[in-house]
Amino acid sequence: MLGSGILKGLLVTARNFVGSFHDRERLPTVQYPEERAPVGEAFRTFPFLVSDCPADADASARLAGLRGVACQICERNCPPRCIHIEKSKDKKPDAAGKPQLYPAVFEIDISVCMGCQICVEVCPFDSIKMDKVFEIAVPRRSPELLLDRDRLSKPNAYYRRIRPSEAAAVDAARAAEQAAAKARADAAAKAAAARQAAAATPPAA
Amino acid sequence: MPVTLETFPLALRDWLCAFLPQEFHWLLSGLLVIIAILTVFGLGFAFITVAERKFLGRFQNRIGPNRVGPFGLLQPFADAVKALTKEDIVPATADKLPHFLAPCVIVSGALLCFAVLPYGRHLVPADLDAGLLYFFAAGAFTELAVFMAGWSSHNKFSLLAGIRALAQLVSYELPLLLATLPAVMAARSLNLQTIVGSQSPAAGLKAGFLPNWHLFSPWGAAGFLIFLIAAIAESNRSPFDLPEGESEIIAGHLTEYSGFKYALFFMGEYFGLIALSGFCATLFLGGWQAPYAALEVIPSWVWFGLKVAALIFTFIWIRATFLRLRMDQLMRFSWKFLLPLALINLGTAAFWLLTAHWQGAWWIALRWFAAAALVIAPYSILGRRLFRGLGARTYEYAPNN
Repeated sequence: MLGSGILKGLLVTARNFVGSFHDRERLPTVQYPEERAPVGEAFRTFPFLVSDCPADADASARLAGLRGVACQICERNCPPRCIHIEKSKDKKPDAAGKPQLYPAVFEIDISVCMGCQICVEVCPFDSIKMDKVFEIAVPRRSPELLLDRDRLSKPNAYYRRIRPSEAAAVDAARAAEQAAAKARADAAAKAAAARQAAAATPPAA
Repeated sequence: MPVTLETFPLALRDWLCAFLPQEFHWLLSGLLVIIAILTVFGLGFAFITVAERKFLGRFQNRIGPNRVGPFGLLQPFADAVKALTKEDIVPATADKLPHFLAPCVIVSGALLCFAVLPYGRHLVPADLDAGLLYFFAAGAFTELAVFMAGWSSHNKFSLLAGIRALAQLVSYELPLLLATLPAVMAARSLNLQTIVGSQSPAAGLKAGFLPNWHLFSPWGAAGFLIFLIAAIAESNRSPFDLPEGESEIIAGHLTEYSGFKYALFFMGEYFGLIALSGFCATLFLGGWQAPYAALEVIPSWVWFGLKVAALIFTFIWIRATFLRLRMDQLMRFSWKFLLPLALINLGTAAFWLLTAHWQGAWWIALRWFAAAALVIAPYSILGRRLFRGLGARTYEYAPNN
């Protein structure tokens, strides 16, 4: 019958109209500033630097705990060249106690960064990871969007909070690596001690 | 006349007139009517825009504007400020005078329509003997303004919109007019107050329980539907918004308008919509009459407002549901379907009015049956002819469902 399709269409919209007032399921809108949709675990925005320091550490402690050794691999691999690193003149011990260089200047221009995550992929020290902060609107581009060491460094606890499973895997790998290094050092020390002892007491010829 | 809710607007007018000497009463009362119409329908326009946006949202499972003021009710004022502060751009090659006049003409044409509508038992600004004719004459301004805008903008999209608007006007003015004629036949008058009076509950109920409105008779129901469809086309609303047609011709006649002139076009369109709703209520829904005599304690102008609001809600509902027609579909629908139906409906109404004296249950049942058959049979036959050879689209590599 001519017109039945029209009535069917009207019925659909009428059902929406009535339903949207009492059926919360029908309204998928999330009213952003007050409500927010959860972000996924793999959601990423811009890089930050992981620091081995307590969760509530101040700026100097965060800088001291930086994992980065100023190797500049990320700087060289960054497609839009938004990372700027200057090496330190002196060395200081890293988490394993080995003396290492550290970045005296580490800047990322996040107005240039395209969030490709290549810096994270190439980093051999698990030092740079992707952040989830997305409310970064500022009135000026510079210096607000040129992040320095202070603003880039965040404690490992923060990393564990935003990416629990990935951070747990990184922590486990690092712990195993450090344990292996320690075991190697112990073995080396033991061998050296044995050699020393052998040298001290020459074999009876 | 005792002051009741019914006569309250008149009492207010007389009280204000008493401040001036007798010689100026005609002037002040005229001005007061104009001010009342501008205020009521200006605010009505403002809140219909926000209601339309909120209801459209709900029809599509969205929330709609809810940020400005409580429940977003102050949104129209924010929109007005925005429209007023925008730059008014006139194209260098535009025909300046018609380009400027078009938004004024569309608003004034729509406002002229308000002059003859009977808003209540005692509320009719100009009680013309040929009110119905006057309404159509004033209503035709809308399409003239659209064509002025389209022609003067010196833009191909605007011109297309103007030509589309003219074609639409010619096609839909006829069914619109023919759909109203049965109501004129029933009232034997072109005066809108008389047409409302012919639907009074005092004359008895239709079929024993329905209000004595033209809507509840076979020819009235058909006329109402034809009028509704043609009214949507006349006010350029979806699914007949071809002149505007955003997805095809940018914004049609509005392409070269900005700022407040753009807002004026919308004001004119909504005024036209309110006027057509009021006209439709007057002709088919009993105007300001209460459905039953017992409900006459509610003032007549409240009834009129309720009916207009219900019709506008229907227009919003229709806009939320249907897709825009193609130009050829639009013309075919009008000339091959609406126009013959409206003509046949005249005959149905004549039959109905000539058999008004039939008595006895069998005769009355025969009268209803014959009139209903006179409406449904042409509808079904014409509908089939309209879609002959046009079926659901089939796809070679996709299953049909």
